[in-house]
Amino acid sequence: MESLTLTDGEQKYYSDLFVYCDTDNTKKVASNGRVLDLFRAAQLPSEVVLQITELCGATRLGHFGRSQFYIALKLIAVAQSGLPLRVESLNSVKDLPLPRFVVAKNEQEARHTAMYPDSENQGSYQGVIPRPPGRGQVKKLSAHEVIQPCVPTVEPQLQPDPTSPVVSPHQSPPTSPHWRKHKRQASGGNVERQPVVLAGAVWTPFREAQAGPVVSGDGMWSANSPPPVQESWENSSIRTVASATTTNETQRQSSGGYDDPWKITDEQRQYYINQFKTIQPDLNGFIPGSAAKEFFTKSKLPILELSHIWELSDFDKDGALTLDEFCAAFHLVVARKNSYDLPEKLPESLMPKLIDLDDSAEVPDQAPDVGYSGSPVEVTPNKSPSMPSLNQTWPDLNQGNEQWETFSERSSSSQTLTQFDSNIAPADPDTAIVHPVPIRMTPSKIHMQEMELKRTGSDHTHPTSPLMAKPPDLSEETKLATSMKFVTANSGDGYSSSDSYTSDQDPITSVVTRQRSHSGTSPEGLKVVAAPPPPPPRPHASHSRSSSLDMNRSFAAVPTGPQLAGVVAYPPAVPPRPLPTQTSGPHSGHRSDEGLAAHSTTSPHQIPEQPNFADFSQFQAFAASDQLSDDGEKHPESLPLEKSSEGAGPLRTVKSDNQEERAAATVNSAKGSIMAPPPKPVRRRLKSEDELQEEALPLKSNVIATVLAAQPSIPRSVGKDKKAIQASIRRNKETNTVLARLNSELQQQLKDLLEERISLEVQLEQLRPFSHL
Amino acid sequence: MAVCIAVIAKEVCSYWAGTKACTPSTCGPAPYTFYLQVFGHFFFSPLFNQNYPLYIRSVPIQNELKFHYTVHTSLDVVEEKISAVGKAMADQRELYLGLLYPTEDYKVYGYVTNSKVKFVIVVDSSNTSLRDNEIRSMFRKLHNSFTDVMCNPFYNPGDTIQSKAFDSMVTAMMVQAS
Repeated sequence: MESLTLTDGEQKYYSDLFVYCDTDNTKKVASNGRVLDLFRAAQLPSEVVLQITELCGATRLGHFGRSQFYIALKLIAVAQSGLPLRVESLNSVKDLPLPRFVVAKNEQEARHTAMYPDSENQGSYQGVIPRPPGRGQVKKLSAHEVIQPCVPTVEPQLQPDPTSPVVSPHQSPPTSPHWRKHKRQASGGNVERQPVVLAGAVWTPFREAQAGPVVSGDGMWSANSPPPVQESWENSSIRTVASATTTNETQRQSSGGYDDPWKITDEQRQYYINQFKTIQPDLNGFIPGSAAKEFFTKSKLPILELSHIWELSDFDKDGALTLDEFCAAFHLVVARKNSYDLPEKLPESLMPKLIDLDDSAEVPDQAPDVGYSGSPVEVTPNKSPSMPSLNQTWPDLNQGNEQWETFSERSSSSQTLTQFDSNIAPADPDTAIVHPVPIRMTPSKIHMQEMELKRTGSDHTHPTSPLMAKPPDLSEETKLATSMKFVTANSGDGYSSSDSYTSDQDPITSVVTRQRSHSGTSPEGLKVVAAPPPPPPRPHASHSRSSSLDMNRSFAAVPTGPQLAGVVAYPPAVPPRPLPTQTSGPHSGHRSDEGLAAHSTTSPHQIPEQPNFADFSQFQAFAASDQLSDDGEKHPESLPLEKSSEGAGPLRTVKSDNQEERAAATVNSAKGSIMAPPPKPVRRRLKSEDELQEEALPLKSNVIATVLAAQPSIPRSVGKDKKAIQASIRRNKETNTVLARLNSELQQQLKDLLEERISLEVQLEQLRPFSHL
Repeated sequence: MAVCIAVIAKEVCSYWAGTKACTPSTCGPAPYTFYLQVFGHFFFSPLFNQNYPLYIRSVPIQNELKFHYTVHTSLDVVEEKISAVGKAMADQRELYLGLLYPTEDYKVYGYVTNSKVKFVIVVDSSNTSLRDNEIRSMFRKLHNSFTDVMCNPFYNPGDTIQSKAFDSMVTAMMVQAS
């Protein structure tokens, strides 16, 4: 190989070309493909090319070394100048013009249409997208002459950068690496990129020459959205490419110096904003999904791609596009229209909130073309502090539950969107099963307590209030005032305890009577105080059945006198309940309580009421009979039994009534001085110890004794005649009720006894036949 | 272990989604198999009570047909479960149906949204590492992704799900579950 002497210009030119062809970066061998392309670009007949390759020794070597390459280039120049190809001419020819490499027109078009690696769309795009400015550039480029002059102008700029693109077609090489580094994934081979880069490189000089190539593109933006946008986008991308190529080597070297193709330029952004306004005047508002769908369908992209674009751009997954999201979507549509493949995930520059940063960073960057310091590397650092946080927060937001709510809000905005119920929404409380609130027929504790409170309080509206008012009137009451209150409290307790035993089956009246009986407990004390100790109706209101009897008694006493009405009628005016119905009820209960009659836990302070006065004798007998009956044996002493039962009836009733009011009984018994529920509390105590049947009789006797003892004291306490009469009347009534109850009880007992007798007789009968035999 | 995820629509349309089944090469050697199928529901055809799949994915892809069959048979169980709850409880009905029924080889889990879109997951019985709450979280993720797909105005309800985001989510889930 002859030594090759090259001029300086030639040297530089050749070295640049070699670098361009040195795809493998071997610095020694130029790849065959590149070289051949280059040679083809020389527009020489193929045979000449072959000859050249042969001459330079590449065929011999099999590859293009640097020297071979240079020789080849020189030969090309020789051939292009029309000189015969001869090795001798390499050095002989002086002033040989530099070899010219012309880019074929179709290649140029290809570059224009896309800068895309995808060559398939090139043809289609040429027809679709009118790009006069671009074409104009292309046309300019087609002139070889233009290229050449540009070379020297561009070269100096490029020279500082060893990788700087060679002028005109040779400009492509340095940019190709940049393109390679480009984010675009749909990258064709480097060969494909070359035309793109070449175009970009070619346009660079024009860009420099012109104030702004994009300006021409701006005029197109007023036209239909996609084409001009594409064009503008393309121009901007071209510009960015060009600017990239013209950046300083430092910039280029750093991160490749190329721009982010996904970055939205200002012009683009403004265009997007204008388009946004046509749909949604409020820039801070949303574009609903349906409107966005219609808008982007106009771009004639396949639905699948639009769907993917939507997925990428709708960052907050709310079915609507904000301004940022819309710009991102639009940008992606433009990119896709220009046959850029869509990224798998949203590029950072398109992310909402980051675009703002981009713009702010871009503005100063784009001012100087050369100083496109808005190189992504420099820009990204500005964004990086915020980006990671945003990147982190966005996924979190997406995974959060709030998207459920937003979705449900947004879904209503679109007709095509299916209506989902929010899964997160809690069950409507209205649909919750409402438990039926039981309506108590019987007074509840609260109610009873209320009654008690009313009583205890100075509430004069309560019928029992007169009760309170009464005592002061009576002389004897004062000393019992405290006890009264105590009684009321007890009655309250009694109520509560009785409440537990209240049966829902009782008619309201019985409830009321119970109430009255409760109120009776206090009235008992009050009664005692008001009227010279009329034995107040026992506080045995606890037991429903017995309470009725008590109520009867109390009611009987009520009508006696207005004075006593309030006192006696613990419960507000309630008609006396039918005795039989009620008496029959508690009988069975009372029966069991018979045994308690004789409980003598209470002291004789329990003054029996006057009505019981008459019963006491019976009680005594009854106590005896109780003993017998308690033994469980049936005696033909039914009469005494009856008698005793009669006596014990009230006792029993009292006891049964008081059974639940043990507390009250105890309290009352504790009082001692209280004459009010004398026998009753005692009986209650007795009842509570129902099991102690054996003690019943003695207890009973004690009670009877106490009652008897208490009885006489009662009338004596009456000082005034009128009141005495009233009290006596009351007592009589009470006695009547007690006796009536006793009567019913005894009758019950009689029935039981009769049944027992019958059973015994039957047994006898069964035994007798044998005796007969 | 076979795992299969199915999203089932409410109308029968022979609409096998056949989205990119996860090939062993892409999913890597999966010790367990996983099958997902999403059955959708058409709102404007309430008369139809049939279900058709919107999305099917399984890893590995062998025996996919067997999973299809299993999922379709499990639809009966799903229908039974959602009809078991009365109207009053419809709002309070839990979306996660739990183990629909176990067979000798695999377990089937179901999940129904308020819009009667059914998600069915078939997992190998040998995969004991998958606990109930893990299945629940999987269904939750599926539901979230499904709503994202629904949010897309370009997605017509009833179409097969071809969203890449959905696919990637399912792939990640399957890989994680395997």
